[in-house]
Amino acid sequence: MQQGLKEKAIQLLKDGTVDRVLGWKTGEFFYDLTPAVFRTPEEVEKDFVFSVFSGANLSKYLIAESRKGGKVAAFLKPCDTYSFQQLLKEHRILRENVYVVGVQCDGTCDIEKIKAAGCEGVTAVREEGESLVAETLYGEKTIAKKDALLERCTVCKSHKLVVFDELIGEQGEEQDAGRFAEVEKLEKMTPEERYGFWRGELSRCIRCNACRNVCPACSCEKCIFDNPDSGARNKAAADSFEENMFHIIRAFHVAARCTDCGECSRVCPQHIPLHLLNRKFIKDIDELYGEYQAGADMDTKPPLMDFDKGDCEPSVVYKRGGEKA
Amino acid sequence: MKQLPLSRLNDLFAAISAARKLYIPADDAAGQARFTVWQEGTALSKNLNTVRSAKDLFFPQVENLVGFKVTGKQIELIESRDPSEPFVLFGVRACDCRSFDILDKVFLAEPADTYYKSRRENGAVVTMACTRPAETCFCTVFGIDPTDPAGDVTCWQDEKNLYWRANTAKGEALTEMLPLLGDAGEEAVKTQQAETRKILGRLPLKDLDLRGFDGEHMMELFKSPKWASLSESCLGCGTCTFVCPTCQCYDIEEFNTGSEVKRFRCWDSCMYSDFTKMSAGQPRPTQLERFRQRFMHKLVYFPANNDGVYGCVGCGRCLQKCPIHMNIAKVIKTLGEDAK
Amino acid sequence: MQVNGEFQPTIVAFCCNWCSYAGADLSGTNRLQYPANVKIIRIPCSCRLNPLFILRAFQRGADGVILCGCHPGDCHYTTGNYYARRRMTLLFSMLDYLGIEKERTRVEWVSAAEGGKFAATMNEFVQTVTKLGPNRRLEDLRCSKD
Repeated sequence: MQQGLKEKAIQLLKDGTVDRVLGWKTGEFFYDLTPAVFRTPEEVEKDFVFSVFSGANLSKYLIAESRKGGKVAAFLKPCDTYSFQQLLKEHRILRENVYVVGVQCDGTCDIEKIKAAGCEGVTAVREEGESLVAETLYGEKTIAKKDALLERCTVCKSHKLVVFDELIGEQGEEQDAGRFAEVEKLEKMTPEERYGFWRGELSRCIRCNACRNVCPACSCEKCIFDNPDSGARNKAAADSFEENMFHIIRAFHVAARCTDCGECSRVCPQHIPLHLLNRKFIKDIDELYGEYQAGADMDTKPPLMDFDKGDCEPSVVYKRGGEKA
Repeated sequence: MKQLPLSRLNDLFAAISAARKLYIPADDAAGQARFTVWQEGTALSKNLNTVRSAKDLFFPQVENLVGFKVTGKQIELIESRDPSEPFVLFGVRACDCRSFDILDKVFLAEPADTYYKSRRENGAVVTMACTRPAETCFCTVFGIDPTDPAGDVTCWQDEKNLYWRANTAKGEALTEMLPLLGDAGEEAVKTQQAETRKILGRLPLKDLDLRGFDGEHMMELFKSPKWASLSESCLGCGTCTFVCPTCQCYDIEEFNTGSEVKRFRCWDSCMYSDFTKMSAGQPRPTQLERFRQRFMHKLVYFPANNDGVYGCVGCGRCLQKCPIHMNIAKVIKTLGEDAK
Repeated sequence: MQVNGEFQPTIVAFCCNWCSYAGADLSGTNRLQYPANVKIIRIPCSCRLNPLFILRAFQRGADGVILCGCHPGDCHYTTGNYYARRRMTLLFSMLDYLGIEKERTRVEWVSAAEGGKFAATMNEFVQTVTKLGPNRRLEDLRCSKD
C-alpha cells in the first residue's frame, strides 16, 4: 500500500496533474509522521511515508492549500473524505484546486496504546502481517495490530470514500460498529456520576487548543475563544466553569458539522475522551431529527440549520436518558 | 548518602507531609503522571515523567496578581496573591530540575518577579535519577546528567531501596526532619548509574549537534529557507509551549467578576496568532514567523544572552505531545547544516 | 443568594420581544404576582439566544435559566423559534450529559395574551429551582457573592 501511494505521488507530479502533493513525512521513530507538502519526485522518494501511523486527517490543510494557486493532490482515508466533503459544503475548500486520491484503510495505530502495552523507548516499528514489531531501547516487543488501533478505528463508521478523483484500494461500505456504546454507558449513569466523570476528565485540560486547531470543523478565521469582543476569550481556564465552558461551546459550535473523524481525541496530550462530547451531539441528532452524517453528501441541510414543524420540545430531555436524579 | 527500604516509602511521604505540603508525581485517571498533593494512599507514579512539567509549581498556569474594587471615586487595591507556604517537590527529573535554572534567569533577574521568587524560596526540590530513559530523551545533549540530577536533594531508586543525598542547606534541613532515613554507602548508586549510562549510549537522539546554534550564526539561521517546510504543518495550537519546562511567556489579563476586577496572569504561547499583537498589527503575521521565533529563542537568542545556556533541556515532551510530530530535535537536525 | 437565611434562587428569563415579553407585561398589568428573583432580559427573538448566554448567566450567578418565546408557528420572524427549539433541545441534553441538573433550564412558549401562563410558569420554575438549591456545578467561584 505504501509503495502504491508513493508511486502515485511521483506520477502525479511528473505528469503535471498537480504541482504539489500533501502527504506524510518520515520522522525519527517511524511513528512520528508529520503532514508535509512535497514539491518534487525526489522529495517524495526521500521522505514520503504511508503507514499505520498516518492517522493525521489532511483535509483541514486544504483550506489554505487550495488557495495558494496551482493544484495540490491529497491522500485522504475514508474518514478524511467526510471532513473534506463537509468543508466543500461550507465553501471552505476550492474543489477545482484539489486532486483527491482516496486511500482505503483498515485502521491506523496509536503509539500511546503501544506504549501503554509496555513498550518503552520505542525507536522503530515495522509491520509484519497482522502484527506490529516494536524495536525499543529495552528489547523487541510484538503487539497485534488490532490491539494497537486508535479508538476511532475500533468503531470505524465507514469504509466508504465519499469523494475522490482517483482511488487506491477498493471502495467500501458504511457500517455500524457500535460507536455510541461509550455514550450510552454515560447516559445510563446518574447525573452525579456523570458530573464526577466529566470533572475528572475536563480538569486535566490545559487549554493547549490542540483539539480545536486540528479539528476540520473548527476553521473560523477568528475563533470565539481568541476574540476579545466575544466575552468568551480566555487563554487558560481559570476555574472549573471555564474548563466546562470551553468544551461545551466548542462541541456545540461543531455540532451537526462534526464528521466524527476522531482527531480531537487522538491529539489531546492529556488523553481526554473528547469524542464522547461530539458523539453525544451526533447521537441526539440521529435520534431526534433523523439520522445525519456530516460530510456524507453535498445537499442535505445540517440539522441545526433546518427544522421541522413537528420537532419535539426541549422538555423531551426530562424524559430521555437513563437514570433520573 | 542515606537510604530507606522502598516498603517504607509511604512513611517517608507521611513524615514530609506532616511538616510541609508535598507534591509527588502520581497517575491521573488516564494513567499519565502529574504532580499531585500527597495524601494517604497517593502512590508514586512509575511513569518516566509527568505530562505537565514541574514549572507549574513555581509558575502556575493561572495566577492572581491583584484585584481592584471601585466604589464611587475610590479605588481599593485588594491583595489577591495566593499565599505561598514552604513545600516539597518530590520526584523531579534532571531535565525539569535544570529548567528551574533557566526560569530563574528570566524571573529572578532584576526587577525580580516576587510571585515566582516566593515560590522558589519556599520550594525544596527533591530530584529522582532516571533509569529507563525514553527514545525521546536528549537531556545529555545539553550537558545534563540524568543519573545525577541537581536539586536540594537527589534520590535514586532501585528494586529494594530509595537512596537520598542532600546537596544544599535546604536539603540538609529537610534531611534533619526525617530520622527514618538510614545511612548508606555509595556502591548501589554507582552501580545503577553505570547501568543507566549504557542505555544513554543507545539513545537515538544523543548525537544532536548544537554547534553553530549561537549568536554569531544568528542571521544565517534566521534567513534559512528551511523554516518554510519546517513550519508548514504547524497548527499553532500551543501544546509544545504548555508542556515545555522552559517556556515562560505569559499574558496579563483582567476579569470583571461583577463586584471586583481581578488582574491575573496566565500562560501565553508564541504560537498563537495574537501573541504580541499590537495596535499597529501583528509583527509575526504567519505561522512561519511564529514557529521560527520559538526555536530561534530557545536555540540562539537565549544562549546568546545567557552565556551559552540553551533554552531547552531535552525532556522530549514536545516530541511526545505535538499533534503533528514537529519538535526541536527535527529543527536542530534540519538547520544543523546551515549553522556550520 | 441568601435572604433571611433562606436560599432565594436567581432566575434569568430570556424573553422574546414580541410574544413573551408582552406576556410578561400583561401579567404585570393584570397584577398577577410572580417572584422578584426573576430577572428578565429582552431579546428580539428566541432564536437570538446563543448557548453561550445560558452558560454566562450561570457563571454570573443564575441558578436557573428559562427561555420564553412565541409559540412554534407564531414566531414574529416566522421561523426563528423553530431553530431555537432544536438548539435548546441539544444544549439541554448536553448539559444533562455533563451532569448539570436538567431542571435548571427550561423553554416555555408564552404568547402576548398569556399573562397568566407567564406568572404561573415563573412561580413554578422558581419553586423547582429553590428545591434544587444553589447552582454549584456551573458556578464560577470568582463571581460568587456569598
